[in-house]
Order: sequence, then C-alpha cells, then structure tokens
Amino acid sequence: MDKETKQVLVDPLLLKNPITLQVLGICSALAVTTKLETALVMSGALTAVLVSSNTIISLLRNKIPGSIRIITQLVIIASLVIIADQVMQAYLFDVSRQLSVFVGLIITNCIVMGRAEAFAMGNPPGKAALDGFANAMGYSLILVTVGAFRELFGAGQLLGMQVFEKVTEGGWYYPNVLMVLSPGAFFLIAIFIWIQRALTPELQEAD
Amino acid sequence: MEFSNRYIVFFAIALCLVAALGVSSAAVALRPMQASNRQLFKQQNVLLASGVLAAGEVASPEEVEAAFANIKEVVIDRQTGELLNDDPTTVDPIRLAKRDESSEETPAEHSGTQVKRLSNKLLAYEVNVPGHEGIVLPIHGDGLWSTLYGFLALTPDGKTVQGITFYEHLETPGLGGEVDNPAWKAQWPGKVALDENGVPQVEVVKSGMATNPDTQVDGISGATITSRGVGNMVQLWLSDVGYGPYLATKR
Repeated sequence: MDKETKQVLVDPLLLKNPITLQVLGICSALAVTTKLETALVMSGALTAVLVSSNTIISLLRNKIPGSIRIITQLVIIASLVIIADQVMQAYLFDVSRQLSVFVGLIITNCIVMGRAEAFAMGNPPGKAALDGFANAMGYSLILVTVGAFRELFGAGQLLGMQVFEKVTEGGWYYPNVLMVLSPGAFFLIAIFIWIQRALTPELQEAD
Repeated sequence: MEFSNRYIVFFAIALCLVAALGVSSAAVALRPMQASNRQLFKQQNVLLASGVLAAGEVASPEEVEAAFANIKEVVIDRQTGELLNDDPTTVDPIRLAKRDESSEETPAEHSGTQVKRLSNKLLAYEVNVPGHEGIVLPIHGDGLWSTLYGFLALTPDGKTVQGITFYEHLETPGLGGEVDNPAWKAQWPGKVALDENGVPQVEVVKSGMATNPDTQVDGISGATITSRGVGNMVQLWLSDVGYGPYLATKR
C-alpha cells in the first residue's frame, strides 16, 4: 500500500475524523446513539451509502456538468438512501422503526455531500470508494463509542444485555439519565474532541 | 470542461430516469417482505396489549404464529354487535370508513377524536391464550401531529382494561411519544372500562390530576393534546357507536 492510499484510509479515522474534527454529521450522532444497536445499524447504512455514492459520483465525475453538479450529487445520494431505507424496512424492520426519520436524513448528512464534493469529484473511483469507506469508518468509530457509553451508563446494558444490575431490578446501579438524553451525547463528543486535541497538538489553533 | 445546454438537459433527464428506475424497482421488489413485517409487527402488538408478551419482549415469527393459534380474529357488525361471517383478512375498517355506503358519520360528541366516519364492520381479536384470556380491540384517533393506531385489551367480560399499546404514530419523541413508555402504559391495566350500563368509564386526565384510581389515567405532562387524544379515542371506541354493542354481548 503506497503512502497516499494509506493516508486516504487512515486520516479520516483520527486526524481528520468527520465528527470530531470537521464536526459533520452531528445530528444523527446525537439522535441514534442511545443504544449500541441503532448506532451500529446507522453506521452500516451510512457506510453503504457513502461508499456507493462516492463510487458512482467519481465514475461520472467527468460527465457531470459543473452547473448542475450539486443537484446531481443530491439525486444520486437521495436515491441510494431511499434504497437503503427500503432494504432495511424489509430485512431489519425493528431497527428501521427505531431509526425512523434518521435513515432518510442520511441524505442531508453533511459527510456524504462533503465527500462527494471534496473528494469524489476529483479522484478516480477506486480511491473515492476507499475515501468513502474510511470516512464512514471515522463516523462509525465515534458513533459506536458514543452508543456504547450511552447504553452502558444510561441503561446499564450493552446490545440489550444487562451489564450493570439496575437498582429498580434489585441491583446496585443507578442509571444516569443524562446519558439517555441528547445532551449526554454532546458531552461525550465534546470530551472526545478534547482528548483528541490534547493528544495531537498540531490540531490546536493559536489563540 | 464546458458542456452545451442540450447536453445538460439530456444529462439531467437521463439521471432522473435511472434514479427513478432504481428507487421504484427496490420499492416494488421489497414490498412483499415489508408487508409481512408490518403484519407481524401488528400481531406482536396484539400480543403486547393483551399481556401475552411482557413490555419490551419480542416474539419470533414462529412464537407469534403459535400464540395466534389461540387468537381468533372476528368481524363485528358495529351497530348490532353481532359476529359476521366475513373473512377478517378482507375487512379493513380504516378503508371501509372512507366510503359512505360502508360507514356512518361519527356523532358530534366524539368529534374530538378527528375520526370522521366509523366503518360498519369492525375487527376484534378474541384471545384464548391460557392465562391471558381477553378481547383486543383495534383503536385509532388523532393526537397532536398524527393519527395514533393501537390496541386496547379488555378482560373477557369487556368490563376491565388489560392493557393498551400503540403501533403507529408520529407524535414528538419524548413528549407525545411517551405513549409508548411502558411506565405510562402500566397505569392502564385494571381500570374500569365500562360500568354496568355499558357507559365508558376510563378517561385520561391532566397530568397529576387523577383522583379516582379506578377510572382515571394520569396524562403525560408536556403532551396535553396527545393525552387528550388517547382519552377521547378510548371513550369513542368503548361507546355505543364503537364497540359498545359487541361488548354488551360479552357481559
């Protein structure tokens, strides 16, 4: 693997993470992370959409007229999201009900548009697919971590299995309600950003 | 790169056609599976309302089918309460209520439910699962943003509530959406549904104002209109123009 490919693949995970560095896709990161399961499925759906949208847009990049390129990208992304939503309603009905509108909102997830416009329009399909995958993984990494924290401390569970016995069920654990509410996700993501910036000084802006 | 206007128009049309083809073929190909998922989901909610499934429990398709061996779906003549011999799978009260010849206007005193017309044929589930005998009635009515669709479960004599559950609504999560909260639904079992004369008793009152634990359910704070909607729809479906005549045959 040459250095450039490696960069495309690894950068979005940490150094250029779409959520913690670019602060994109925050809406869904708050909404679907109360449970690990929904976070995982959302990550899967976004990965599928991002890889295919990046690939398709990159294949068409020399054919797309510049004057209508944004709407073209949107049509492609929207179609892919609807197909992903339909597939989930058929095969993952329960989870798709919990995700409800947020699957549809992948259309407006800034990461998808952002990667299409910033990367897929100027790079060959293989690389664009890789970039889409890596960015989806960066998003998933944060989503799954936040989801795991929130489910564990908010409900004492992981993937629906009881880890901490709750007081209401005769155990010792008092569920932290903040984790179940949206502000809990804000605090967690803010803490991740803090840790990331503390560890990589080159990200810190001069005051 | 410069493109001619003709190319741009052609490109836009071609793109739309390809996208439309992709989306519609996915929708058509997956529809049967989605429909069977919805059916299964509805049946699970019948089981949830009647208490065969505990809150939060999910049954596999086989378990649902096994439970439904002891559940009879019946078609009811709304005005007389008599059972009809129609095949329940062909009767859709929501659709029937849209046509004048198969429905009746809802009396003005129930206008709060926003249910405009009442179908002349209704469905009900007679549950004979050992330990969970009862009647499950499909109910619907408007909340704040949307129509709530759900099930109200009663004891076999139709006098006492066994449970309530909603399977479809678009109320605000965290406010009206709390109708799905097991803690709120837990207030319902044991409430008096109908008195000796068949007058609906159970009602939803403003949060914190419930004084009669036999009939009053505490509303959801921050969701006054949704709570009122649930109360109104329960009153409508238990009344003489709803399932009243059918429930009278059970007393």
